[in-house]
Parts: sequence; structure tokens; C-alpha cells
Amino acid sequence: MSDQVTAAAYAGPVLAADGTLLKDRLNKTMRRRKLIAAGLVLPLGAFVFITFMFPIILMLYRSVDNPVVHDNMPQTVAALEYWDGQGIPGEEAFAAMVADLVQARKSKEIGRVATRLNFEMSGVRSVLTGTARKAKNMKAPFKDALIAANDLWGERELWVTIKRMAKPFTASQYLAAVDMRFDIDNNMVMQDEDRQIYVTIFGRTLWISLLVSVMCLLLGYPVAYLLATLPLKYSNLLMIMVLLPFWTSLLVRTTSWIVLLQTNGVINDLMVWTGIISEEGRIQMIYNQMGTVIAMTHILLPFMVLPLYSVMKTIPPSYMRAALSLGANPVTSFVRVYAPQTVPGIGAGSLLVFILSIGYYITPALVGGRTGQMISNFIAFHMQKSLNWGLAAALGGILLVGVLFLYWAYSKIVGVDNMKLG
Amino acid sequence: MLPIYAGPLETTWYYTFRVICGLILLFLIAPILVVIPLSFNAEPYFSFTPGMLSFDADAFSMRWYEDIINNKQWIHSAKNSVIIAFFATIIATTLGTVAALGLSRPEMPYRGAIMGLLISPMIVPLIISAAGMYFFYSEVGLTQTYAGIILAHAALGTPFVVITVTATLTGFDQSLIRAANNLGANDTYTFFKVTMPLIMPGMISGGLFAFITSFDEVVAVLFLSGFEQRTIPRQMWAGIREQISPTILAVATILVIISVMLLATIELLRRRSDRLRGLV
Repeated sequence: MSDQVTAAAYAGPVLAADGTLLKDRLNKTMRRRKLIAAGLVLPLGAFVFITFMFPIILMLYRSVDNPVVHDNMPQTVAALEYWDGQGIPGEEAFAAMVADLVQARKSKEIGRVATRLNFEMSGVRSVLTGTARKAKNMKAPFKDALIAANDLWGERELWVTIKRMAKPFTASQYLAAVDMRFDIDNNMVMQDEDRQIYVTIFGRTLWISLLVSVMCLLLGYPVAYLLATLPLKYSNLLMIMVLLPFWTSLLVRTTSWIVLLQTNGVINDLMVWTGIISEEGRIQMIYNQMGTVIAMTHILLPFMVLPLYSVMKTIPPSYMRAALSLGANPVTSFVRVYAPQTVPGIGAGSLLVFILSIGYYITPALVGGRTGQMISNFIAFHMQKSLNWGLAAALGGILLVGVLFLYWAYSKIVGVDNMKLG
Repeated sequence: MLPIYAGPLETTWYYTFRVICGLILLFLIAPILVVIPLSFNAEPYFSFTPGMLSFDADAFSMRWYEDIINNKQWIHSAKNSVIIAFFATIIATTLGTVAALGLSRPEMPYRGAIMGLLISPMIVPLIISAAGMYFFYSEVGLTQTYAGIILAHAALGTPFVVITVTATLTGFDQSLIRAANNLGANDTYTFFKVTMPLIMPGMISGGLFAFITSFDEVVAVLFLSGFEQRTIPRQMWAGIREQISPTILAVATILVIISVMLLATIELLRRRSDRLRGLV
């Protein structure tokens, strides 16, 4: 009888002290704790979103955003909407263009429109601004009046370009960023040979990053091995030599390399003095790709040494001894026993160095000369000099996608939690 | 280190390896040290003069350091750098520490993804961050203001704080908090009396990382600052690009000394933290 009562009590739902279901109580507590944890992260999340992520999203929007023609030439946009793109459009499009030119000149937006169209078809700027000045006094038929003002108005290409730019969003910046363009029939074609540049630059950026990663691995591996195998009191001292560059200003290190590498610099002086090269044979080691690679390798080397070191530190030295005592020679035991265990460190370090070098700007700008410029330098150029912000945003968008993909791979392979700083 | 049974080949390799490592460490450290003697050059050159090599006292001078002190622009930049880095550090450390506390709780949902997002300012190329900030900040009127640069630098510095503080919090014994609560302390009191002393080393080293990030940052400053907000790195950038004078080397030397001091602080903190957490 008493056994049955106990069994019945167990079969019923488990209650908490206040008589509610224990399961519900637990869920409620868990939910509260989750909210507290999320609430602690929220301020930083909001801060990073507003000051950092949202601006980048806005910039990416700019890479497809194309408001200039759409907003400032409304009548032309409407008139061209049903034009089939063959021959040249009819009189009403020319009339709309004249009206828009007058309006745009009055609102002082003509410069922006002309600049935007000029990025798509060079030579348009002067035609547009020039015609806009005369537009006020033009009389019907406007077709003849415009063509009289400039022959280009009779060209189909100009009208096709305007129609294409009339859309509020465009992919033309991304096409330009990979050396392509729309031709007169709106097909995507490669840019003319002499105007192709960005594919080469993207290629060079990848090549320099790869070179820097390989150099860092070659230089970092022995040092990390030495640090991991030396007794702690020596390795701590040597570790400082690795960490000091890490803490030294980027500009200081770049300056140092200029001092060392320039043709009248310390290394060339040293080589002339020791007689390795003659006074006339001073080597140009800076303001070219070589300078960029050397300086970047130096700057990023600690990012390779630290992950390698932390992996090597966990490999018991007895494994190597075991391999040796089982008859492997030192080379075999290193290649077959030690090296495979350092692969996670190699992956982490190389990926990190590659990710960081692919977006490098300062060092290539200061020591890269012409052949050492990377994609970031061209983004900066379009931001500050050519003011082609759409193209800068598109180049940045491509770079960002590449970096985020590598970062995703890094977080899968290494885990962001395992990122070590010093 | 070298075992007794090592043959001549192994002995040779052993010493060759040491020499190779020595050269690599030289590659790491020499470029930083070389600017120090050159900054005392009496001539406006970037190389060692014969006088310097023969330790002629006349070949050395303090003139480039005097140059810095007498140059209003450098002094102004130094002040700017310190002010901007100070406020950016305060913001980054506060927000970063609080977030790290949340991230370290076992109940935190989507931990990996959120951590990934919070660390992204460290990964996204600076030129992209700076360009994005330039567009947005100019729309809300934050370009050419101190506030704009401080906010930008704070955002760039937070990942370091998050990483170092979460690292300190791994192995943090959560039962200490329950014990404190059990003994009658409320949450605020527990945080300041129990949690904070334990994570202090992580907070300080994270803060120092954030400080140096801001102090060394030039890309965001290039895009966001006006002439008034020029920092030391911005000034050096201009100096290197336009006309490079040994004054830059004197500034570089001062910066190297600052980094040595920061590194020493971090090293001491790390040891203290390891000791507190019982790792050593």
C-alpha cells in the first residue's frame, strides 16, 4: 500500500517549494539569467553597432546608390523611360534634357551630375556643363539646338549612358571595381586594356599578403620553437624581444625601415663599407614592393609567433625523445612527430597574418612606392583625391567580403575565443 | 639542452639554429633600436655619420629634441593624442568589461556569434572602418571634432578589452559570487569587492591595449580629424610623407620608450594575474 503511494507521488509532476511546477520555475530562472547576460552585452553591442557597423553598412549602400541623375534630371529620366535604346531618342527627350539642364544649373547641381556621368563616359563633364550654360536661351526644336551646341548630343552612347544612370541603383561601381563596364548595348564587357587596373591590384594585394604570411611563418616558426623549448627564465626575456615590436607604434617601425632601407640608409651604408656592393651599386630596397614586404613582415611577425608559441608550449618534449629513442633520426622525428602537432598554430598564425595584411594601408602608403601599393591605398585615393566615393565603396565592399570570409574561416578553425594578445 | 649523445652533425645544427634564431630576433628588434642613436645625430641625416661611429661627442646633439619642445604643433599633437586616447580608453574599458562579464556567463545565448561581431573592429581593414565612419560622422556633424575621433577610437579599442577581460574570466570561479551573495552582499557590492579585484589585471591590460590602439591610430584620424585635432601619429605621417627630418626620429625614440614602459606594465600585470588565478 505505502509503496503504491510513493510510486504515485513520483509519477506526478515535480513541484517547487511554492507549489508551482519546478520545470517552469527552472525555465523562468534560466530565462532571467539569459536576459541579464544579454543585458550586460547590450551597451557595447549598441555602441559598436552605431559607431562602427552602421557606418560601414551605409558605406556599402553608397556603392550601389545612384541618386544623382535620378534626382536632378527628373524630366529626362521620365522621357527616357520608354526609349528602346536604339538610334537616338525623340524630340521630347531633348526638350526634357534642356529643361533639366536649366533647372540643374539653377540649383547648382549640374556639377555633380556632370561628374557622375563623366565617371561612366569620359569627356561628358565639359559637354554637360558647357551645354547647361547655353540651355537657357535654347529654342525648339531642341534636338537641333543641343546637337548644334555639341556633336556628342547626337551620339547614341551618351543617351544610353544617361538612361543607364537614371536608375536609382546601379551595379556599375562593382563592375568598375573588377575592371568591367557596360557597353553601348548594356552588356557587361571587360574594360579597355589600358584602363584595366583593379584586378591587377587585387591580385597584387593577395600576392603581397601571401608573401608576408609565408615570410612570417618562415621567420616565426624557429623563434616560436626556441621560445617554447628554452627554460622559462630565458624564454621570458626573449619573449620581450618579440613583444616590444608589437607594442611599438606602427609609424615608428615604418620610419625605422625607411631609415634602414633607403639608398643612403644604414643597410646600404653597411654593405658599401664592408665592400659587398660598390658606392654606385646601392640597392633600391624601399619605395617598392620589396620595402612593403619587408616592413609588413616585421610588423606582423609577432602575430605569427604568439599563436605558434602557445601551441608549441602544449607539446610535451617527451614525444620527440620517444621518437628518437624508437630509432627515428632527428629530421624524421621532427617532420613526422613534432611538425604535425604544430599545424593548428601554423593555421591560426598564417590566417591571422593574412587577414591583417590584406587590408594594410599605412605601410604600403609610406614605403610602397608605386609597385608596393595595395587595394587599401586605392580606396583611400578614391576617397580623398578622385572623390569617386561610389567606386571607393565598391572596392571596399569587395575587400570587406574577402576579409569577412577569412574571418569566418578563422573563427571556425581557430575560434575567436582563442585569440591571444601577448 | 644539447643531449650528451649528440653527434657532430647535431651539435653543428644546434648552434646553427641558435644563430638563425638570433638573426631573426635581431630582425625584430634592431629596427626599433636603430632610431634611438640616430635621433641624437648632430647632422640632419638619417644615417650614422663618421663622427658618430668614432663616438665623437660633437657628432651627437639634443637639437631634434629641442625642436620638438619648441614646436607648438608637436606639443599640441601630444596633448591631443593623450586626451583622445584617455577618453577612448575609458569608454572602451567600461563597455568592454561589462560586455565581457555578460559573455563569460554560461547562460549567454549565441555567444560565439556575438563575440565574433564585437571583435570585428579589430579585423575589418582600418581603411574600410575609417571610410564608413567618415561618411556617417560627417552626416551627423562629428567630423573635425574631438568627440568623433574619441568615439571612433573607442570602437576600435573595445575588441582588445573584450578579449583580455574574457581571458581573465575563464577559470573565474562563479561560486565566489554565490558565496558573496550567500553572505549577504548585494550584486553591486559583490562586483566591486569580489569580481573586480580579480579581473582588474585583465581590465588594466585591456585598457592599455585600447590606449595604445588609439595612441597609435592614424587612418581614422586622417579621415575624421581637422587640423585642430591632429595627433602625434598624424603629425608623423605628414612628416614622413612631406619632408622627413630627424625630429621624427626623436619623436620615434620617445614613443619607443613609452612602449617599453607599457610592455613592462603589461608583463607585471600578467604575472600578477596568473598568480591570483593560481596558474603559476
